[in-house]
Amino acid sequence: MASTEEILAGLAEILNEVADVAPEDVSVEKSFTDDLDVDSLSMVEVAMAAEEKFGVKIPDEELPKLKTVGDAVSYIESNPS
Amino acid sequence: MGILDGKRLLITGVITDASIAFSVAKIAQEQGAEVVLTGFGRMSLVERVARRLPKPAPVVELDVTDPEQLDGLASKVREHLDGLDGVLHSIGFAPASCLGEAFLEAPIADVATAFEVSAYSFKSLAVASRPLFGEQGGSMVGLTFDATVAWPAYNWMGVAKAALESTSRYLARELGPSKIRVNLVAAGPVRTMAAKSIPGFSAFEEAWAPRAPLGWDIDDATAVGRSCAALLSDWLPATTGEIVHVDGGFHAMGV
Repeated sequence: MASTEEILAGLAEILNEVADVAPEDVSVEKSFTDDLDVDSLSMVEVAMAAEEKFGVKIPDEELPKLKTVGDAVSYIESNPS
Repeated sequence: MGILDGKRLLITGVITDASIAFSVAKIAQEQGAEVVLTGFGRMSLVERVARRLPKPAPVVELDVTDPEQLDGLASKVREHLDGLDGVLHSIGFAPASCLGEAFLEAPIADVATAFEVSAYSFKSLAVASRPLFGEQGGSMVGLTFDATVAWPAYNWMGVAKAALESTSRYLARELGPSKIRVNLVAAGPVRTMAAKSIPGFSAFEEAWAPRAPLGWDIDDATAVGRSCAALLSDWLPATTGEIVHVDGGFHAMGV
């Protein structure tokens, strides 16, 4: 089970790879769409990459609820594989 | 034994695992087909999704409006398959002015784009993939949303679908002598990425299931996928220029 810091760092890595977001811009309070310019298709890819990295399942209907990086971190923490 | 044993298929239109094309690719593989996907724009996403098929499928890049990529399609597909027995066209796009905005205001340039990507591309894909079909012919299948009536919000996308339906009939006429069948599936609404981009899509979601005598599940593309697989198989050998409604029976009911 990854720690909160590890999940955050992992997400930053994914966001960089998928949506070209600078890792230093990623923090828990940031909104994917408003602050980090991640569009809906990139968000799908981020979720798929996170599923692979953290061994969780993020159903499509959960995706719109993950508005901030912090939402994603908590989701991954509370839904261990 | 599957109904697509030994069939070699080119499948366009996969963008997420909710895509209708993903369901077709998955079912086709389960039925024995070899599948190659085409991807557009978000190649890394399509490649990621392709790895989630029962058997990871190769992805070749294809923008159906790019003549160079169309010309190069056959040789790119040949890197993975020695020919084709079937092609799925699951491609459509309309600029925002054409969907949900005022129907009377959409500019011709936007309408032309909707036509080019959603209808003319079926012809482009047929021409680009034709050298891969052998003497035994094969099957081309496209996806429409019943364009014989007017829908709320669907607007110029609906007009483009009417053009696709006509294009399909002309392709059936042109390709029949080469034993290539050309058919469309008129699917009921499925909650894909494309559908989510249609303003007012929820109006379809709510109306469909109560009116369809078989009922309808907007979250499940399996019925559409299986029907496309059937059309890609040898089991509808004398059917071409047809539109098969896979909509729970919605289209046949008055109210």
